[in-house]
Amino acid sequence: MQKQFTRKFLNNKGIAYLIAVIFLIVAMLMGISIGTVSVPALDIIKIIGSEVFRLSLSGDVDPMHINIVMNIRLPRVILAGLVGASLAIAGAAFQGLLRNPLADPYTLGVSSGASVGAVLTLFFGISIPFAGAFTLPLLSILFAFITIFIVLIFARQIDRSMKVETIILTGIIFSSFLGAFISLMIALTGDELRQIIGWLLGSVSMRGWEYIKIIFPFFIIGSMILLANSRELNAMSFGEERAQHIGVNVQKRKMTVLFAGSILTGAAVAVSGTIGFAGLVIPHLTRLLWGPDHRHLLPLSILTGSGFLILADLVARTIISPTELPIGVITALIGAPVFAMILMKRRVERRG
Amino acid sequence: MYSIQQLAGGYAGKPVIHNISFDIDKGQLFGILGPNGSGKTTLLKMLSGIVPASSGQILLKGKPIKSYGAKELAKIIAVLSQHSEQSFSYTVKETVSLGRYAHQKGWFQNWTDEDEEIVQRVMEQTGVAHFEHHHITELSGGERQRVFLAQALAQEPEILLLDEPTNHLDLSYQKELLDLLLDWTENRGLTVISIFHDLNLAGLYCDQLLLLNNGKIEKNDIPNEVLQEERVQTVYQTDVKKQPHPKVPAPQLVLLPEKGKERRKGIPVVGPSNLHFNMEYIALKSDVPLRSMSSGVVGSGTGWYQSFVNRHVNKNYNCDNHREEMVAYLKKHGFEPSETVGMMTAVYLEDVSFRFYEADGFSGLIVVTAGVGNAVDASLSPLHAGSIVPGTINTWIFINGDLTEEAYIQSIMTATEAKAKAMMDLEIKDQVTETIATGTSTDSILIAATQKGMRLDFAGTITPLGKMIGKGVYECTVEAIHKSRKRKKN
Repeated sequence: MQKQFTRKFLNNKGIAYLIAVIFLIVAMLMGISIGTVSVPALDIIKIIGSEVFRLSLSGDVDPMHINIVMNIRLPRVILAGLVGASLAIAGAAFQGLLRNPLADPYTLGVSSGASVGAVLTLFFGISIPFAGAFTLPLLSILFAFITIFIVLIFARQIDRSMKVETIILTGIIFSSFLGAFISLMIALTGDELRQIIGWLLGSVSMRGWEYIKIIFPFFIIGSMILLANSRELNAMSFGEERAQHIGVNVQKRKMTVLFAGSILTGAAVAVSGTIGFAGLVIPHLTRLLWGPDHRHLLPLSILTGSGFLILADLVARTIISPTELPIGVITALIGAPVFAMILMKRRVERRG
Repeated sequence: MYSIQQLAGGYAGKPVIHNISFDIDKGQLFGILGPNGSGKTTLLKMLSGIVPASSGQILLKGKPIKSYGAKELAKIIAVLSQHSEQSFSYTVKETVSLGRYAHQKGWFQNWTDEDEEIVQRVMEQTGVAHFEHHHITELSGGERQRVFLAQALAQEPEILLLDEPTNHLDLSYQKELLDLLLDWTENRGLTVISIFHDLNLAGLYCDQLLLLNNGKIEKNDIPNEVLQEERVQTVYQTDVKKQPHPKVPAPQLVLLPEKGKERRKGIPVVGPSNLHFNMEYIALKSDVPLRSMSSGVVGSGTGWYQSFVNRHVNKNYNCDNHREEMVAYLKKHGFEPSETVGMMTAVYLEDVSFRFYEADGFSGLIVVTAGVGNAVDASLSPLHAGSIVPGTINTWIFINGDLTEEAYIQSIMTATEAKAKAMMDLEIKDQVTETIATGTSTDSILIAATQKGMRLDFAGTITPLGKMIGKGVYECTVEAIHKSRKRKKN
């Protein structure tokens, strides 16, 4: 009986991973294939096979296609995937830590904090010695970390029990405040205007391989830290006191998770600007489909989050082609209604 | 296990616990009591290491509790708190499995066969195994409480801290949980420290009770010492009455409702007007329930009853289950069996003797039916064979007064002595031994009182109540026996 169950359990999770991986691959192929110039899926596989894995398959592929895939679409899709994965796993971790399905880097104000860091860097042309291209993500991460701290301290001051709505409200207040701050800087700037507006609305276009190099190490570090804390996140989603009773060093683990979440958010914002709601919708849907156990929720969120953002980016650049919409518009169009739905469901549950 | 030394503490600048010291031994079931706001939960949180002490210290197994790491502590102490937050729908098994956190080693924290075995065992013990795949958000409060108990037990703790564990549980699970805890303290050396709201549950199960009041120790002793009427009345500011548990040696406290006090104003009187006679039975119906001590067929022992029935049965009445038959009989005649004391007699009911006596501040009604065909000398009763011959003296004593437990017992003694004296004066003989009889082999007695009006502490033979009972029972018994004899002669 027990063994049977375990096998079924593993199978279920196995199927979950299989579905998530297929979703990601399909999203990637669609993202690379669809556009003003359509590249057949088989060609894409051949191109990637020969260019990335050095297999000799590309004999009969159009060189223009190779150029489009390798220099434009593939880096764009990978960047979108990495940003989506970072936001989704950070959102899942924040939600578990705060026992709050409405938490995500955007609603908590972390994204806005990271934007302030990024905009300041661009505005003043700051460059940290030896950090080079990493100045931008490092400052974004720093500001993201500071922001989440201030938000949580502030929420605790308002309401000791740190109710879900209090934290979200505080996060939104901070978002507005920081947004106004960014607007002020935009008003004061002249030439950099276009670049800064890009940050505000969020975009993964025309970034190239350079930006992938910037986000990749932070994505790996942040994700590894969170994955290593998935059991602690399970415990903490039962409340901090209970987690402490079970044996979790709550203070240390909480800081670790917040830090890792800030790394992921800061790095994502640094390369793509503020993309809202991806960190809210993806963990929520993943949890609905496959359960709240963070040992699976986190890796599955990485897979579905990257697939989701690749598709969102695809929609953003094709829906009113040739004009490109900022990707944040698409995620907000999907995310805001989902946010409202979760909020309403929670209200009904509490009343019932 | 624990040694608490001059402990003080609370939340941000507001001390809740003031300078308290006590010890808890291994294997104890230790109860913490106290009114709301007395600091019970804070003390428990300090014992679990969540709330730090502002002064003094807690020694756990000889080491300051502060010196333990979170995982180390979780292997010794498990906590079941009153509230649990649920935001995500984990399954029952996932929830219970988290209890193994502190025992799992290494980076990958592998799930061992031992872990699986322990989780299965504690799920069985707490009765949650059959819904292990359900989501905890779907469960009722009581079921969820049991899931979290299983989680705490999965920690394999040496000490279990509980904050009102029976809060959401229905009666059977309250008992089951406490029985389980008691068993674990006795047989596995588990130390259980629990906050109780229910003083009676605490008195029933705990080895030791700590009564807190305003963050200080009011009393730390065995339950019988802690649960004293006056102490509980002062600490909880409410009227209670202490009584022994009917089955086990544990103190029980009962509340005295305000309603009960109001009734005292108009003192009800039980008198001859409450009696009803017919060929089949004599009944007394009281306006209010009377506290009764009796040896009837139905409603025997101590209790509150409103109707009293002495039923005539044929000399050859023989029934395998006379109790059940009597209940059916009472129902048939419109008496509620749970509120009725029922007796039987083969004596003709016209021969009843009853008298109403009034004394200074209280009054009483005495009703006797007597047949002496079966008279026995109690001092020589071993000479009697087992066979029972009809003939019974049923004595009813109703008192309009407030009797103590002693007074009830002394009333029975005094009534019995008066009955024996009546037998002696009428020279009623035990037909087997040819000596003077003291009663019959199937006599029944009932003492019932309104428990209102004058307080009657004693009923020994020369107390006012004793005098009334002695005189009354003697007179009525003599008269009843005379009537019965007369009928026989005719």
